[in-house]
Amino acid sequence: MLIYLAIALRVVTKHDNSGEYREETGLKLLSKHSISVGDSIKITTKDAEIAGLLMPRYESASEEYIVIKLKSGYNTGIHVGKIKSITKMLDKDQAVASVRTPAVTAKQNLPKVAFISTGGTIASKIDYRTGGVHAALSADELYASVPELANHASIDPEVLMSEYSENVRPEHWTLMAEKVAEKVTTGRYRGIILSHGTDTMHYTAGALSFALRKLPVPVVLVGAQRSSDRPSSDAALNLLGATIFATESKYAGIFVAMHAGTSDDIIACHVGTRVRKNHTSRRDAFESIDMTPVALVRNNEIKMQQKHPNRLEQRSSDNHFEVNTKFEDRVILLKYYPGFDPMLIEHAINVGYRAIVLEGTGLGHVGRTCFPALKKAVDGGLMVCMTSQCIWGRVRMTVYDTGRDLLDIGVIPLSDMISETATVKAMWALANSKDVEAAKKIMQENLANEISPILSIS
Amino acid sequence: MASTLDSASLNLKVGFEIHQQLATKNKLFCNCSCEEAKEYDSSFVRKLRPTQSELGAYDPAAMFEFSKMRTVEYQAAFGSSCLVEADEEPPHDVTKEALETALIFSLALHSKVMHEIHVMRKIVIDGSNTSGFQRTMLVASGGHLDVAGKRIGVQSICLEEDAAKLISDEKGVRKFGLDRLGVPLVEIALEPVTGRPSEIMQVALTLGRLLRASKRVARGLGSIRQDINISVQNGAVVEVKGVQQLDQLVKVIEHEMHRQYGLIVIGQKLKEKNVDIEKVGDRIEDVTDILGNKVSSRIVKKILEGGGVLIAIKVPGFAGMIGFEPYKDIRLGRELGKLVKFYDIDGVFHSDELPNYGITEEEVAAVKQRLQMNDSDAFVILGGPNDKIKFASDAIIRRLKAAVDGVPAETRAATPEGNTVFLRPRPGVARMYPETDILPIAITDSMLVALADKIPSHWDEIVDSLAKKYNLNRKLASQIFDSEYLGVFEEIATKTGVQPTFIASKLTDDLTSLQRQGLDASVLTDHVIKDIFTRLDRGSITKESVVLIFEKLMKKEPTMVKRVNEQVNVKEDMEAKIVNAAIEAVGAFSISDEELSKGLDRIISNNMAIIKEKGANALSTLMGRAMAEYRGKANGQKVNAMLKDKMSKMVNK
Repeated sequence: MLIYLAIALRVVTKHDNSGEYREETGLKLLSKHSISVGDSIKITTKDAEIAGLLMPRYESASEEYIVIKLKSGYNTGIHVGKIKSITKMLDKDQAVASVRTPAVTAKQNLPKVAFISTGGTIASKIDYRTGGVHAALSADELYASVPELANHASIDPEVLMSEYSENVRPEHWTLMAEKVAEKVTTGRYRGIILSHGTDTMHYTAGALSFALRKLPVPVVLVGAQRSSDRPSSDAALNLLGATIFATESKYAGIFVAMHAGTSDDIIACHVGTRVRKNHTSRRDAFESIDMTPVALVRNNEIKMQQKHPNRLEQRSSDNHFEVNTKFEDRVILLKYYPGFDPMLIEHAINVGYRAIVLEGTGLGHVGRTCFPALKKAVDGGLMVCMTSQCIWGRVRMTVYDTGRDLLDIGVIPLSDMISETATVKAMWALANSKDVEAAKKIMQENLANEISPILSIS
Repeated sequence: MASTLDSASLNLKVGFEIHQQLATKNKLFCNCSCEEAKEYDSSFVRKLRPTQSELGAYDPAAMFEFSKMRTVEYQAAFGSSCLVEADEEPPHDVTKEALETALIFSLALHSKVMHEIHVMRKIVIDGSNTSGFQRTMLVASGGHLDVAGKRIGVQSICLEEDAAKLISDEKGVRKFGLDRLGVPLVEIALEPVTGRPSEIMQVALTLGRLLRASKRVARGLGSIRQDINISVQNGAVVEVKGVQQLDQLVKVIEHEMHRQYGLIVIGQKLKEKNVDIEKVGDRIEDVTDILGNKVSSRIVKKILEGGGVLIAIKVPGFAGMIGFEPYKDIRLGRELGKLVKFYDIDGVFHSDELPNYGITEEEVAAVKQRLQMNDSDAFVILGGPNDKIKFASDAIIRRLKAAVDGVPAETRAATPEGNTVFLRPRPGVARMYPETDILPIAITDSMLVALADKIPSHWDEIVDSLAKKYNLNRKLASQIFDSEYLGVFEEIATKTGVQPTFIASKLTDDLTSLQRQGLDASVLTDHVIKDIFTRLDRGSITKESVVLIFEKLMKKEPTMVKRVNEQVNVKEDMEAKIVNAAIEAVGAFSISDEELSKGLDRIISNNMAIIKEKGANALSTLMGRAMAEYRGKANGQKVNAMLKDKMSKMVNK
């Protein structure tokens, strides 16, 4: 049910043949009459005559039907087997009544913001292939979609890639990190915005947090939970909040800006390593874990929320920052559950994984049946780390026997690091250290707020 | 002059679009109930923005609403709305029961069912849909309905979700209740018909009967709504919303006939004058300095005090045409005035009406000079806040350009006086794009065959069987069928011994005459009605009092309601209390004073032990016992007084 999943912010621009009728019945009939998508056609069936525009067909839908957009605007599917005749009336590109949005131009002397698109769309059209949406992503289109942007920044957009975020891989993080580094290095930008599909946006935020350290400016990831092809999309306000934070924040680093609640009023800015997608569809799916959001943007104003702002890097004019964009993808994230088969650990060793991140129970436990396999992993030179599936709170492996035994085996406790962040960090640590021992040391250091020194009572 | 227009020669056509709520268990795209919420338990705010449709265009209606950029507040209640209505969760599959009902209606109207149904999004960004669109699907097209020997064509049958309910609309914030959003609606559009308004009303009535005969539709206030499309020869279709009554319909049709024909006359004159519409608005000047110099116009003063500006739009070749009035009150100037109201702009003047309204001849001359006008040109002056004036001037220019073609296609609202006012531009196809969250639904021939035996019987047959079953005359049977009370009527008629004819006549003729007096029948819920007839059946009220009780209840007197509220004990049925209070108020209790007196004597003698123990303090206990027996049969105050009297005599003894 690919179409059902189209709720997340999606874009596929590289599939230009999207929505074509595939082989089989529908296409045969259409090509016989040299009719293509967008043509005005007339179809007669046994009992009706139907005229309209030929519409593209979703890839996953049955080929037994041809889709017509009627004059009323409704689409309807006509069973190919019931068609008696089909005639082309007009080629496509006929005029359609339309109103252009009033041209919006950015004010002069506004701070410059680089806008890197990786699969998030702000202005968009339907993509028939998947039921997702196409990016329409020039600066003009951005201003047209979100006119308020023109009051805050001069946007410099660039499409880096167009992927559903579930298709994003570690090599894409490298690509994104390099592109951000390139933009930051120019020194021309007050901040960087990176649009991203929401499903794995928090992984990318973590990856960039390690790949780009001591950044002089904020880099804000932004997406939309409700696709931007609908008037109620959260895309516009998220983008506006991201832009305000990118231009006005005192702090630098990697952040995620998304709705704070279901209302279109407050945007929460989260630290890149401490954010998690906690709901499949709600606008406020992204939450900071073991931390308050850094800031809330409301009515065009930033309100800092962080109780310990000294944990954040200050914005600076010094353009030197650390760039280490490699990732090792042979890292496995294993969630423990009652009945978990230790063979999974053995398998990870056998196929050559270099690190195992465990999502253990409670304070950081896995059943004792796993001990031999874990010992084998550690002895075999794998890095084995422990996080908790509780999501909130730290692992503490000295409290119970099981934890102490695991520590003895050589499992590394990762405090309150979110398991997703831990996985990304392990990929980064292995790729950027000379050996496993060095990587293990990196895992326990707090590089980008992935470990919280103090957990607040409220 | 008005009376000389003839509906036949103008080829007046009126089309109906009926929106009928369905009585399904669940909403169209989620598992919530279709019931109205008693109270709301949460709220949130949203802002809507227009989007480009699949054809790459912005819809004019959407842009129009966006230009007003409002904050919308939604109120929700658990059970009647969920994340789907909050636009926080994708829609579920189309509720089978609703789709089945739409298909049954299609079959009943001999309409051709689509081979594959596609759910569409119809952009509506007035806030009435949280998503910014209404989900709708074309189920069938074509077909016919027979009305008094005439065959009326069916254009289309759609299944769609109802919009949220407007609670309030105050300065920049609109409030909606989400309980109605997503309730399934069947929209049936009929081919335009010609004829007298009364004949046209018969069409709507017949269609309504067919729908109700299915027993699958909701009844009650607001469960059926109709829009009408009105056009005259050479005009465009104008959609009018909010027509409620027959006499209003007649006036609306006459008004639109004059307005539309008048606009066509204006258009012809403009053509004769060879105006170049491309030049309309080719020159727009800020004239704040001219009119703001020494302000004598009240409107101008108000605009300037509000920090607004004044602009003048040049309209070449239109001299005399903006104020031209082919029929009383039908002129372009008036259309422009109504149009800009929707951009929250009040200040609009045109050269045909100036100097006037405190604007002097010198000022007019200065404006003309600045626009470099000659005698055949006209101008329109607009005043208002800077951010709104651009939208309004664009709308004015579009409207003046369209004047050459006569009637613009637009959506208008009926006023209670039977006029119509501009509501919004009529949406184009750019307004529709596919609902990609839901797969197309294939409708096979075998599915339709299986539904064939669910097609409702013809209205006549149903009325006949009602008449036979309950021994009603045919007129009464048809009245009770057409009323909102068929369900409760059948229940009372089956469960009590009250004469069906009596029940039906109270619920039709008598109730209608109370409503004609302006009383509101909404207080008479099925529950209340059942309560009243059950009391009648028990003999605790008289036949004559039924209508008096209805009246008392429908008057909703605050003192009575207040008293009930004070008395109501949580465990007791509020509605029963209200009925009690009404009965009390009309003095409709059926027990005589003698009977009551005897009964109270009996209660006293049965409770002598308590009286001996407590003396005068036993009154409240006895009162409780007496009311347990006589509630609904005797006035409480009277019982109290009588009891007190009897006891005081006893105690004194």
